[in-house]
Amino acid sequence: MLTRRAATGGIAAVAAVALAAVAACSSSSSSSSSSAASSPSASSSSSSSNPLSQGGASGTVVVGSANFPENELLAEIYIQALQAKGIKVTPKLNIGSREVYYPQIQKGTISIIPEYNGTLLTVAVDPTSTAKTTTAVDAALAAKLPSTLEVLNPASATDSDSVTVTQATAAKDHLKSIADLKPYAASMVFGGPPEFKTRSDGLAGLKANYGLTFKGFDPLDESGPITLAALTDGKVQAADVFTTTPQIISDKLVTLADPKFNFSAQNIIPLVYKPAMNSTITDTLNAISAKLTTAALLQMDAAVILQHANYSSTAGAWLKAEGLT
Amino acid sequence: MSFFSYAWDWVTQSANWHGPGSIPQQFLAHIGYSVLPLLIAALIGIPAGVAIGHTGRGSVAAVNVANSWRAIPTLGLLTLLVVYLGFSFVTWLLPLVVLAIPPILVNAYEGVAGVDPEVRDAAKGAGMTSWQEVTRVEVPIALPLIMVGLRTAAIFVVATATIAAYIGLGGLGRFIFDGLASYQYGPVAGGALLVAILAVFVLGFFAVLTRLVVPAGLRKQGKTE
Repeated sequence: MLTRRAATGGIAAVAAVALAAVAACSSSSSSSSSSAASSPSASSSSSSSNPLSQGGASGTVVVGSANFPENELLAEIYIQALQAKGIKVTPKLNIGSREVYYPQIQKGTISIIPEYNGTLLTVAVDPTSTAKTTTAVDAALAAKLPSTLEVLNPASATDSDSVTVTQATAAKDHLKSIADLKPYAASMVFGGPPEFKTRSDGLAGLKANYGLTFKGFDPLDESGPITLAALTDGKVQAADVFTTTPQIISDKLVTLADPKFNFSAQNIIPLVYKPAMNSTITDTLNAISAKLTTAALLQMDAAVILQHANYSSTAGAWLKAEGLT
Repeated sequence: MSFFSYAWDWVTQSANWHGPGSIPQQFLAHIGYSVLPLLIAALIGIPAGVAIGHTGRGSVAAVNVANSWRAIPTLGLLTLLVVYLGFSFVTWLLPLVVLAIPPILVNAYEGVAGVDPEVRDAAKGAGMTSWQEVTRVEVPIALPLIMVGLRTAAIFVVATATIAAYIGLGGLGRFIFDGLASYQYGPVAGGALLVAILAVFVLGFFAVLTRLVVPAGLRKQGKTE
């Protein structure tokens, strides 16, 4: 997961400044939205289902994002889809790491942020949870999230650890799922971040869940340039690569399916501040989740990270193609 | 617990001294990763520095290039080489050679360029050829500084060879990188302590070596460095 690493001091400092801006803007936006609420031309909200809703439900929501490209892209998708439905949106992108934005969404200074259900659960909500599958993780989130927060529907798109091989290896050995590695693992060297050797979903998990024992293990980096080079160079034959790493496209790699959830689910899921929601907003976000696949997200990540495409036009093109705007 | 108690607890655990990837193995591997780059850098840096010092030609350019060269980030170069060259031995060797050349070259240059002009004149007057002048007069006089350059480079390399572990190789960096990745402070502190101890050994080694190779009449000069 791209989000696993905690922010460094520098990032935290920048994020603190960004948060000050969030706080400042949200106070001004709540005043503007309260005036909007009293005006007959207030932007539509198809229902007033939540009597507790104050500013948010009447029009303006704050969409935040963490400080890495994929999360900003997802936030951009949410923003454009909501705007197309007439919701007033204040973007607060590139806020920082979860440690920084999570307390803010709890307070409602951010209303919506794209999250990853697995790490949201184990990092921010319940570190003791052992839930692995999408359903189990979402159920645990529903039970344990603070009362002001909820998660909407998960997308099928995930950004999780994986076992990834080259297209050539996959074609030669007919590999589709991690289970297919059984006859080949003994002759393969696995590459991953150093802690993969001891992590419970690392080598131990692959052995327990799929009965795989690899010939060797090379400690590399976290799905970064070293791991990708080792895989394409043939130094390792399989590696832990995050499922939306854009080089999966450019380096011609294949992510093997993980039917037994050795790696816990990391579905993209909107984390929302409940009092700011109304049914238009939740329907819009759920419609996005219904269409968002890992393949689509991977393509968009590749566009913005490798080809330096513009975030908003990349997001807009996908929304249009899926009929969401 | 302090850095030293973490490091000491880890270093003194007997389990860390046996088997594959144990402390003695990684210690030897670390020395292995350090010696070759240092030798290559010496083979490039000393002749280049001596030649520039002797002729005086290109000295400004060479010394400035060598000094600005020090700004090349070793880890960045390593990552770049992995991406473009893959995992050949050049990948870990080249960044360390690049790191070691500047102090060797600059000190060799300064040593030779600093030879008293009267001594050079005397050498010429005694009928020495240019080659004899370099090998019999200038290099011996420059030796204390050349040794300082080699020693500095050796310390740099020993301390930086930890990055071999960044691309999945061994050496003492293995303990540091693996410890960081698994949130275990013991191996991180212990690995760092072992690197520091190795650096002290290197200092001792060069103190002895300098005493052996520098002519007796020049030792006083060497000590003032």
